[in-house]
Amino acid sequence: MGRKILLDKVHIPGISTFKVYRDNGGYTTAEKALKTMLPAEITEEVKKSGLRGRGGAGFPTGMKWSFLDTRSNNPRYLVCNADESEPGTFKDRYLIDNIPHLLIEGLIISSFALGANTTFIYVRGEFKPQIGILNRAIREAYENGFLGKNILGTTYSLDIYVQSGAGAYICGEETALLESLEGKRGNPRLKPPFPAVKGLYDCPTVVNNVETLATVVPIISMGGDEYAKIGVGRSTGTKLMSACGHIKNPGVYEIELGLSMEEFLYSNEYCGGIANDKKLKAVIPGGSSVPILPAHLVTLTAQNTSRSISYESLSDGGFQSGSMLGSGGFIVFDEDACIVRNTWNFSRFYHHESCGQCSPCREGTGWLEKVLHRIENGEGRMKDIDLLDSVAKKIEGNTICPLGDAAAWPVNSAIRHFRHEFEFHIEHPDIVKNIKHGSLEKYRTKNTKPRTKNTEITESL
Amino acid sequence: MALGYNIDHKLYQPEGKEVRFTDEVLEKVKKIIARYPEGRQKSALLPVLHIAQEELGGHLSVDVMNYVAQLLNIQPIEVYEVATFYTQYYLEKTGKYVIEVCRTGPCAMCGGEDIADYLERKLNIKTDETTADGLFTLRRVECLGACGYAPVMQINTEFYEFLTQEKIDQTIENLRARANEEKPKDSKWVEKFF
Amino acid sequence: MLKITIDGHSTEVEEGTTILQAARKIGGEIVPPAMCYYSKLKGSGGKCRTCLVKVSKGSEKDPRPMPKLVASCSTPVQDGMEVQNITSPEVLETRKAIVEFLLINHPLDCPVCDQAGECDLQDLSFEHGVDTSRFEEGKREFDQIDIGENIKLHMNRCILCYRCVYTVNQITDGRIHGVLYRGDASEISTFIQNAITNDFSGNVIDVCPVGALTDRSFRFKSRVWFTRPMDAHRDCPKCSGKVTLWMSANDIYRVTARKDEFNEVEEFICNECRFEKKNAEDWIIEGPRTITRTSIISVNHYQKLKQGSIINPVAKKIEKPSE
Ligand SMILES: Cc1cc2nc3c(=O)[nH]c(=O)nc-3n(C[C@H](O)[C@H](O)[C@H](O)COP(=O)(O)O)c2cc1C
Ligand code: SF4
Ligand code: SF4
Ligand code: FES
Ligand code: FES
Repeated sequence: MGRKILLDKVHIPGISTFKVYRDNGGYTTAEKALKTMLPAEITEEVKKSGLRGRGGAGFPTGMKWSFLDTRSNNPRYLVCNADESEPGTFKDRYLIDNIPHLLIEGLIISSFALGANTTFIYVRGEFKPQIGILNRAIREAYENGFLGKNILGTTYSLDIYVQSGAGAYICGEETALLESLEGKRGNPRLKPPFPAVKGLYDCPTVVNNVETLATVVPIISMGGDEYAKIGVGRSTGTKLMSACGHIKNPGVYEIELGLSMEEFLYSNEYCGGIANDKKLKAVIPGGSSVPILPAHLVTLTAQNTSRSISYESLSDGGFQSGSMLGSGGFIVFDEDACIVRNTWNFSRFYHHESCGQCSPCREGTGWLEKVLHRIENGEGRMKDIDLLDSVAKKIEGNTICPLGDAAAWPVNSAIRHFRHEFEFHIEHPDIVKNIKHGSLEKYRTKNTKPRTKNTEITESL
Repeated sequence: MALGYNIDHKLYQPEGKEVRFTDEVLEKVKKIIARYPEGRQKSALLPVLHIAQEELGGHLSVDVMNYVAQLLNIQPIEVYEVATFYTQYYLEKTGKYVIEVCRTGPCAMCGGEDIADYLERKLNIKTDETTADGLFTLRRVECLGACGYAPVMQINTEFYEFLTQEKIDQTIENLRARANEEKPKDSKWVEKFF
Repeated sequence: MLKITIDGHSTEVEEGTTILQAARKIGGEIVPPAMCYYSKLKGSGGKCRTCLVKVSKGSEKDPRPMPKLVASCSTPVQDGMEVQNITSPEVLETRKAIVEFLLINHPLDCPVCDQAGECDLQDLSFEHGVDTSRFEEGKREFDQIDIGENIKLHMNRCILCYRCVYTVNQITDGRIHGVLYRGDASEISTFIQNAITNDFSGNVIDVCPVGALTDRSFRFKSRVWFTRPMDAHRDCPKCSGKVTLWMSANDIYRVTARKDEFNEVEEFICNECRFEKKNAEDWIIEGPRTITRTSIISVNHYQKLKQGSIINPVAKKIEKPSE
């Protein structure tokens, strides 16, 4: 385990510049693809690789590409989803900060494969430094003939533009993202039609996550079959995990899919165990939207088999005793963390981020937040717990986009596994009112070893 | 601007000042519009609103929004709809430095709430308020996509991580010291970033 | 032609037809209620989720059921599709939940609302017998505003169906109102004080399924069920001039477009007909309106009624013992 194919070069000083990236073998894969491969061959390799979307849904990328409507005479678009806003996830930021040319190279190969001559990178508005980094990388790629007209003397031309969002989690949802890119409110569209048929400007469009598109580079470089050997079963390849919360070494790690949860959580190579040597209470393994796993279901499944980080193993047990890999936002709670407070916090998040288009989500997210807020402040009643569960279940599956589900699952799973904490809040309002949560004092004493120094990188711009 | 109910349905009076980008900025805006296909100039709305906010007074007044509508040849309501949807557009006057502290789960459990509370005490304002000297506005925002470096905050375009009270003290002091410069140091992100 | 079966009733429809349209073709109580979809407004639908149905068989080619309930207003029919609406307890249960969601922030001010008696939401909540007492938190509140001389916006009542926005986008030139903010803070507004003046703007009143947009010239003059709907027309240079007059004795209280059995306008009318022609002499009265679905407290029982059988919806609601 421990093979790195995305972050293998991040330690090289200056790798964020074109020159150093190129000197270390960068852009040779793009050259190979454009000069020696047919678009369909690239898609075929991606299919063979078994790569699944890294943005959260895990949809097979090669299959998504092959759905692109190629019969229409309209232009085709590739849109890179760099809206990264799922709480717990910060891997795309890391990738852009450290090795932006890998993404640009991935975009060139993918755009060529899809027959797109214009590609947009939609970056969340808060990532202003990252917008700068990407623009600089794009400029360098133009200067060196990897973007623009007739790239490397071929007949293929490509322009890449960075588009900035302006503060809306929902714009990470692919159709909301397209609306936003068209200068509108981020209201998700009804599907069908899917973007592959009617996407940006009603033209066939593929939307993929930053990490997904960056991964296309090693896939084309080593070949799809070779890539498929990495990982386990249908979870091929490597995945960037964003680890945060009460752990010793928060940061972004590239892991080979199939790595055991035990190793990821406790080995010093990765999370390094729970901060301050506290005990583990729970883990949310794939970003705030996925169900929470209580300590006894983190390293083991309900059948007492070892749990590993892969699409299949994390969802082992369904929603009863499993969760999902999602975006790989790994949030760890120590024994002192308050699950009720965190559930309320996430509910507030979804309430704040609902676009408000469809009634179950618009009304339901606010309702959940209000009830949770009451419980968390010692003003709840026993029947509120079932009420929460029932409201969440009425949202789930009945909305236009999956944000409704994302708002419901954390609530359902928190109640399923931590009902006693909710009951405690209701039974002991006096105690609850005086708890100091997640205080800085406590956090300060912990031995954190930051794995990135964002500020240094961005200040060198 | 926090999301809130009952926003004024105010009687609009033009401020009387001429609202206009400089020629240099206008050039940039035209270049952005040129990225999109014919007739799709509305796509430029989000970036142009960022620029307008930066260049024309730090927030989006009705005059500024109307100006953007006219530039992009769309109805003013289309601009209002978008400006009110996204949290990064400020509809009211803000301080020179907008301090945005992350309040979401991963940060909150690592002291993010303490940081925001400390800033409230230190600046003697509540969240969503601006200091009397017009220097600082404090906001609590949702996950900034940097949860591993919690607690985090962002001031204009600059990012601060692994916050402590001492770091906050120092940052605020630095900002006060350079406040007399024309604009915040990195406010020209328009130049660098579009 | 594609074959579709809804609750055991089959019909054939053209490609591109939605489940809801097919259901309307069949008619009767199997028609799902639609609070946001409007057949005359392109792009409408999908938002309110009251029309959710269960697809128990996807198509002849791919008979698998669909995993989730689907919005019948925006899901196209596939050949051989089988759909359950009122025969599915899951659908009815979900619909009840949706109505509950729509009501939690809705002021229950029907007794003072101009729309009472012709309100789709009132009908819907009556039909589904929803008890809203589970929601104990404060409701959101907005101020009432006048958008122009003729139209009053009572945002508290709005269910954000977006119909009024599509209407001005599609039948008028220039839009000055829209949806502002987001989530449950979304509101229909002009943002700055502004008047909707376009010639066809009055149609937003007719498309609004609730009492959020109402005719200022009608307010508090009369309850709907004290007036009698009469079909009438005039020679209008701007629109078809075919309207419904809401009259009491010889007085015209209100002019609206003619609505069909699904409560949709047949033809949009101009503001002059709607707001300015309030004298009986302005009109050639054809006779009582025969399709008055609005007078029935039931979305699922569309019937052609003979004039004279107008039921007082509020009275009926009160009679029903609350459980
Ligand atoms: C509410 C919501 C938020 C999302 N946010 C993101 C995001 O920030 N970044 C991302 O890549 N995908 C996000 N997605 C997933 C996208 O809709 C889409 O599946 C993804 O961009 C597809 O790329 P992939 O196949 O490469 O994963 C989000 C989905 C939903 C429903
Ligand atoms: S589920 Fe929520 S975010 Fe998604 S479309 Fe509906 S209201 Fe908008
Ligand atoms: S005002 Fe009426 S028509 Fe407009 S969105 Fe609200 S409910 Fe729908
Ligand atoms: S929770 Fe604060 S940056 Fe993600
Ligand atoms: S009518 Fe279908 S969702 Fe509203």
